[in-house]
Amino acid sequence: MKISILDRILLLLTSLLAAWQIAIGVDKLSTLPMIAYTVAFGVLLVAGLLLIILGFEALDSPIVVIVSTVIPLSLSLGLVWEHLAAYRTVYLVFVIVGFLAILITRLLPLRDKLPVLVLAVVHGIAGLTIFLLPIVWAFTGRAAPGFALVGVGGALIGIGGILLTLLKAGKPLLSRATILKVLPGLLLLMTAAFVTGFAFAR
Amino acid sequence: MHRILTKLKLYWPLTKSLQTGLLLSTGLAGYMSARCPVFNMGTILGLAVSLFLAIAGSTIINMWYDRDIDAKMKRTCNRPLASGQVTPNEALRLGLILSVLGVGMAIAMSPLYGLVVFAGLFFDVIVYTIWLKRRTAWAILWGGISGGMPILAGRALGLGQIDGIGILLALAVLFWIPTHILTFAMRYFDDYAAAGIPTFLAVYGFPVTRATIAVSSVVAALSIGAAGILIGMEWGFVRLLAVLSAGLFLLAIASVLRPTERVNFGLFKYASLYMLAAMILLSV
Repeated sequence: MKISILDRILLLLTSLLAAWQIAIGVDKLSTLPMIAYTVAFGVLLVAGLLLIILGFEALDSPIVVIVSTVIPLSLSLGLVWEHLAAYRTVYLVFVIVGFLAILITRLLPLRDKLPVLVLAVVHGIAGLTIFLLPIVWAFTGRAAPGFALVGVGGALIGIGGILLTLLKAGKPLLSRATILKVLPGLLLLMTAAFVTGFAFAR
Repeated sequence: MHRILTKLKLYWPLTKSLQTGLLLSTGLAGYMSARCPVFNMGTILGLAVSLFLAIAGSTIINMWYDRDIDAKMKRTCNRPLASGQVTPNEALRLGLILSVLGVGMAIAMSPLYGLVVFAGLFFDVIVYTIWLKRRTAWAILWGGISGGMPILAGRALGLGQIDGIGILLALAVLFWIPTHILTFAMRYFDDYAAAGIPTFLAVYGFPVTRATIAVSSVVAALSIGAAGILIGMEWGFVRLLAVLSAGLFLLAIASVLRPTERVNFGLFKYASLYMLAAMILLSV
């Protein structure tokens, strides 16, 4: 499916928002969350630019599954490091092991369900962390109410991730054309929710 | 009036506006890297006009000299000179007038700035195009050196002298040029072969060229990053530059490990976008 001008504009806005977050939005954080958020928004920024340049065919690359794992893993790591000090080390180990597990199961020619299982577990835990932590923190008064928007972004990234994963697995929930039609808008909404949510949190 | 507009429409493609614009942005970034925030709008306007004239002028002279090659290549055979819409004498006159105006204006603004602008024009037209382009694959090096002159010129105008950061910035552009030119040469390999140009690709082959692109991308990104830090760029912008550099590096690696036409042209376009973004970050 050919990428339209509107798609390119939406992706450019996504990239600009991600660039703003990297340059300004993560200032004054401690080292690890700053690196984690920079990596997450960096992947969003470069992915947006590559989609503008290469078109939706870029999504057919097998590397997409691995790269797209980086966003939820690094975002959730930043959130846990900032807000759940007691679980920092455990979660850092989970992120490293989870990423390596996805990397290995995607690079080796495995024919069983292990790659999908690993992907579901790692994505699931990271996605739920991004979705639930900000919402719980906002509603219990441990963070500003606007921080819940990060959870909204988490829900949107979850929807996008499920749609793309099932599409690549050959069991799509929606047609490829429909998914690609909503993807740029979904990416922009998700990034906007993250950026505004993090801004409200400070 | 109609005649002038028709001529301008014919002349504009001779300037290769995108390439000229990108080089102009490096010159402005070089100046602003030394003088930001910019208060003297007259100087920056003079810089923009003189650089545009000099770069456009040298581009037109190059196109005048290479009109026989352009006529043999599918990609360029419709250019105004190659297709006969503009006569060679007319193009040469235009190129010389713009070059003299550009260099003259630059010298009037600052002799050092004018000297660097003239060096860029000399390396581009005389050394690269007329002397080496048809003789050796290493002509690209001189094309790169001339490409690095606008940013050095801009910084020299801002500072009143040539410093290490300026040379680092010029090196960044020099090492970025192979990514830009060689990916383009890969896309139009048959065209260049038909014209008999000894491109780096034709002499050393695709794998060596891809590896060269990857290495030069890394060196270019490191040079821009180092220059940014030395200039005192905000850490947020350094982070952003690092992310964009990582994208360039990964694409270059992808073009080595999984070479396809799509990745190659993606790298070409990303490299242009990268340079523009880097120049904006250096300027703010």
